[in-house]
Parts: sequence; C-alpha cells; structure tokens
Amino acid sequence: MSETYRPMWEQLGLDLQSHDALLGVLGQSYKDIYLTQKNRPEGMSYFDFVMSEVHGLRIKELLDEKAEGRKIIGSYCVFVPEEIALAAKATLVGLCSGADFAMEEVDKILPRNTCALIKSSFGFKLGKVCPYLESADLIVGENTCDGKKKAYESLGHLVDNLYVMDLPQVKSEEGKALLRSEYKRFKEAVEQLTGVSITVESLQEAIQTVNAKRAALYRLSSLRKADPAPISGLDALLANQVFFYDNPARFTESVNTICDELEKRIQEKQGSFPEKTPRILVSGCPQAVPNWKLPMIVESAGAVIVGEESCVGERGTRNLTDDSGETVEDMMEAIVDRYFQVDCAIFTPNPDRPQHNLEMSDDSKADGVIHYGLQFCQPYLMEAIPVEKALEEKNIPCLRVETDYSMEDVGQLKTRVEAFVEQLR
Amino acid sequence: MRFAGIDIGSRTIKLVAVDEAGQMKASFLADTGFDPITAAKKLLAEVSFERIMATGYGRNLFEIAFDAPTVTEIKAHATGARAIFPEARTVLDIGGQDSKAISLFENGKVKKFEMNDRCAAGTGKFLEIMAKTLGYDLEAFGREALFAENDLNISSMCTVFAESEVTSLIAKGNNRREIARGLHISVIRRAAGMINRVSSEGDIVFSGGVAKNPCMAAFLTDKLGRRVLIPENPQSIGALGAALLALEKKASA
Ligand code: SF4
Ligand code: SF4
Repeated sequence: MSETYRPMWEQLGLDLQSHDALLGVLGQSYKDIYLTQKNRPEGMSYFDFVMSEVHGLRIKELLDEKAEGRKIIGSYCVFVPEEIALAAKATLVGLCSGADFAMEEVDKILPRNTCALIKSSFGFKLGKVCPYLESADLIVGENTCDGKKKAYESLGHLVDNLYVMDLPQVKSEEGKALLRSEYKRFKEAVEQLTGVSITVESLQEAIQTVNAKRAALYRLSSLRKADPAPISGLDALLANQVFFYDNPARFTESVNTICDELEKRIQEKQGSFPEKTPRILVSGCPQAVPNWKLPMIVESAGAVIVGEESCVGERGTRNLTDDSGETVEDMMEAIVDRYFQVDCAIFTPNPDRPQHNLEMSDDSKADGVIHYGLQFCQPYLMEAIPVEKALEEKNIPCLRVETDYSMEDVGQLKTRVEAFVEQLR
Repeated sequence: MRFAGIDIGSRTIKLVAVDEAGQMKASFLADTGFDPITAAKKLLAEVSFERIMATGYGRNLFEIAFDAPTVTEIKAHATGARAIFPEARTVLDIGGQDSKAISLFENGKVKKFEMNDRCAAGTGKFLEIMAKTLGYDLEAFGREALFAENDLNISSMCTVFAESEVTSLIAKGNNRREIARGLHISVIRRAAGMINRVSSEGDIVFSGGVAKNPCMAAFLTDKLGRRVLIPENPQSIGALGAALLALEKKASA
C-alpha cells in the first residue's frame, strides 16, 4: 500500500522511515501469526483487509471525513463514550498500541517501570509513527491507573490537544456523580470541538450505532461457546481490536457476516481447532494491536482461547446502553449507567471482576483461565490474586502470567503455558 | 522393548530408558555444551528404544531434529517423582538454571505450578557461582554450610549483586562457613516461597542437581517443617518422567 499513501503520511507529519519499518514488522508478524492459521472462517478476509489497510485506507477515510467537517477524537480507554462523540459528529478511534517503539526516547520521559501499554503509546508519539494520533483533533486521556494519570501530564507537553477526563475509583453514589459530571463536561467539549449540538435524535442514533457494534461482538463471543470452537482466539481478538478503529456500521456488518458463517460452521461441527481442544479464557490487561503474543503462544500450544475478559474484549463490549430515553438528559443518564458497570481494576473494591470471571468461564465452557498481567501494571497484577482465588475455589485452574511486549520471555512463557495446557487435558 | 526420555536442560542432558513395566533400566548424563543436538545424538547412541519423548528447555530443538513428541518439564517431573514416590503431592525441582514447584492431585495430575522468572537467581547456577566466589568446590560448599554455627543474612538474590555482597563480606573478615550458610538459606527462602504458593502440607519430593547438596535438603526441612524426600538419582527425574510418558503413549496408541 505504501506508495499511494506516502504523501498522506508525510502530510500528517509521520517519520516515513520509521513508519516503513513499523509497517514492515507489522505486516510480517501478521503474516506469521494470522495467515498461517488453519481452518479460518472465510469472513476473516475482511479483517485481513482491514489490517493490511490499517494505516492506509482507514486513515484516508478519516481524513476525508475531516475534510467534510467531522472531527476525530482519539482515546486510550473504554471509559470514553463513543456515543457522545458520534452524536456530535465526531469519530472516535482507539490510540492504545501493542508494540514497543522508539524505546530509547520513551526512557527519557517515563521511568523504566511503566507498563508496556503506556510506554508504547509514548513510543508511537515520539517515533511519529501513528497516523491515528496525528489525525486526531482531540486526544482524550483519563485518570484511571496512576501510570496513565501521571503519564498524561507528560503527554500534555508533547501534544497541544489533550483533554483529560477525570474518572471515579469507587462505585458509590459520589463516584457516579463524578462520572455524570465528567460525561457532561465531555459532551460540552465535544460539542464545542465540532460546533454541533447533540440532539435527542442524534444521541439516540449514536447509541443505537454503538449498541449494534457491541451486540455484534457479543453475538460473536456467544458463538465461541461451541465445541469445536468455530473461530480461533487470535481471530476473535482481532475483531475486538478492530472495534476501536473501524467505521462502526461497516464493522457491525462484517462481524455479523462472520457470525452467520460461524453459525453454519457450528451446525456442521466445523471448528478452527478439533473438538475437545482445551479451552482457555484470557483475563486481565487490554491487548492492543499488534499485541498477539499471548494468544499466539496459547494457540500454538494446542489450546483455543474462547473469551477475553478484558477491555479489548467483553469488559469493553458487554452491556448495551438504554436508548429509550426521551430527552438528551435521560440518554446521558443511560450512558452513565452503562459505563459505570465497567469493572476495570482501577476500581476499589472491584468484586464484580472475580464474579465476572466465574460467569465467563462458565458461559464459554473454559477449562481454565490465564490471567494476563502487563509487567508494572499494579491494578491488574494485584487483582490477579483474588481473581485466581475465586476461580480456584470453584476448581477452575488459573495461571497468572506477567509479561510485556518484548519477545525475550517467549521461551519461558511457552513452557508455562504448555504446562498449563497439559494440566487441562 | 524399551522407552526413553530425554531431558535437555541448559546445563546438562539426561537420558533414561525404562522397560515395559516402567522400571528404570539405564540412565545417562552429559553436559549440554554449545550444541545440544550433537550432545543428544551422542547419548542416544548408548541405548536402543522403541519410542522417545523429550522434555526440558531444549525439547523443541529435539522435536525438530528427531521428530519426537515433547512434554513440558512440569509434567515430566511430576510423572517421574510419582513413579518413585507414589504418594507424592508436592515436587520441588532445582536445576542448573531454573527451578519449579509443583503440586499434584491425589491421582498424580498437576494441580498447580510455579517457575522461577527470567534469571538464574535461586538455581544451581547461583550456588555454583557463589561456591566459586567463596573458594569452595560444590561438595564442600554444601558440607561446610552445614557446619556453620550462626546464620548470616545475604540480602541479594541477584547473582551479580550477591557476588559482590559475598566479596565484601569476605573482605570484612566474616566466617566463610557462615557466608556459605547464608547463601544456601537465601536459595531456600526463595524455594520455600514457591512451594508455599502451590501447596501447604505434606512431604516434598526434591529433585534436580541441587537436591544432591545435603545442606539444601536439611535447610528445607527446617524452614518448612515438612519431610523432604530425595530420589536416588535426583537429576534424572525429568527424563524418567518423559520415558514413562513415552511408554504410556505407546500403551494408549
Ligand atoms: S483497563 Fe481500565 S484503564 Fe484500561 S482501558 Fe480498560 S477501563 Fe480503561
Ligand atoms: S495496563 Fe495497567 S498500568 Fe498499564 S495503563 Fe492499563 S491499568 Fe494502567
């Protein structure tokens, strides 16, 4: 794709040489990890296409939207409500990234013991390789974990369009009041950015668009209950990752097309893996594109991933927003209600998450759970222990892994995952 | 008919052959060196077998070179330990560059396991380097530590830091035996932590090269108040487990 898009990338201020290197690595690992899989659903060709054009066609679409007056908003967290962005004629894109880049530069700004997700976001900014970030008219940070909270202070010096959303840490009435007032402030900020006032109709339509997108992914995840699993965990994760970039309507349609195909596969007992393959639920930190490290290891160890209890996964997509409100205020309240249920580990206490792990293991018929913690991510690493305990009390084996984006621990991780899979057989 | 198991560790390669009843018939050991496959080939020339199963960190290399099935160290050690101590529910293995604690269900299936992380802290390599720093050979290192009268605390678990800590303790005129004891205890502390994360009671089967060090077993018993069982040939437990799994595979095939 590179030649046609070069002027576009140049115009966005990307460092073309580094960007070429990044695309090279990305393309190669996609080929090695994704295209070598066996028995993939045909509908995945859509996602192959999306990935091959992730910095090309999709960026061009966004820039075309911009030319027509739409605004682009980038976000790092599933707490930033897409409904509000869409209702004010803005497009929301995810900015989290799943690869180390420009690490020497990052080390000058962030301490070494910062999680890979945060480091990577900075690496993509400092290395000038993320066209999403560079296209964004507004970048939304949020006060979630301490790492992100403080990192946004530094990010504020690197970009001139950062908006920080405060978020509650406790699920109390006061916490909810904070979320309500922050969403209201966000709504006003977006309206100001786009010059478009949110109306009952536009908000309702936006809620429906996002609901449809979530419902499609939810449908996909229910189909993964079948044995043999009709789709690999890698492919399902990819769909969850693309959720954050793609045009919402087209994404919904494509996921539903895959679901139709999966239903047929299930009827014909056709799977991506043979029947009785050990089934694993992955729980924990978000896995952003192109972080496919853990699923690659798990699925090459002869197990299949049947669910992600993660923000790139069910934590981000479960629960729809009630669209029946008659006023903007009613619907804003429905949005607050929906997002207030997200059980991110930054909340204290967070009893919903162990519970949710139990429910998901049950629903997805998982034989075991791998808790995925990024190194230095205190909230999830700490919460891994109560999650593990809750699972083991119900005799569901759990393996806690702690890793980052580097490949240096792959050998060790492989041994641990393989041993865990042996344990499940 | 014989079945073999090969355990390709980072320091040594172990090969065990069993008969159809699962009795150990032969056991070999060689240094891994720089080229595990050549070293493995040499060992393989020593025995004839129907089927072989590979384990250890080099198992995938072996799989590619010899088209043999593999099993992780965890399952191999669990299987080997149970063959010798049929009641075993907890296994500790400390090898050249890794260590692991495994708990088992009553039926012998793996229940939970822990492995050391990326570095050599708390493994045979650590003890080896520390022995050298103190000027002991490996055998004397463990023996002398047992004779020490006082505990001396070594705070660094990192091999590099511990080495300089030891050097400065020697320079300060501390008793060598006590330093040796402190070093053993620091490894035990780490091993005990791993064991406690997987199981809280019952005997512990201790395997791997480090189990040959009498001091380690004694301190482990002291620290945990649990009986420590050491197989006759502690280094070959992984290979034995792999051989038994090769036999089992044959039976089910
Ligand atoms: S894990 Fe928490 S902070 Fe991270 S994206 Fe999810 S909700 Fe946001
Ligand atoms: S992975 Fe953990 S430390 Fe990193 S941004 Fe998310 S919550 Fe924060």
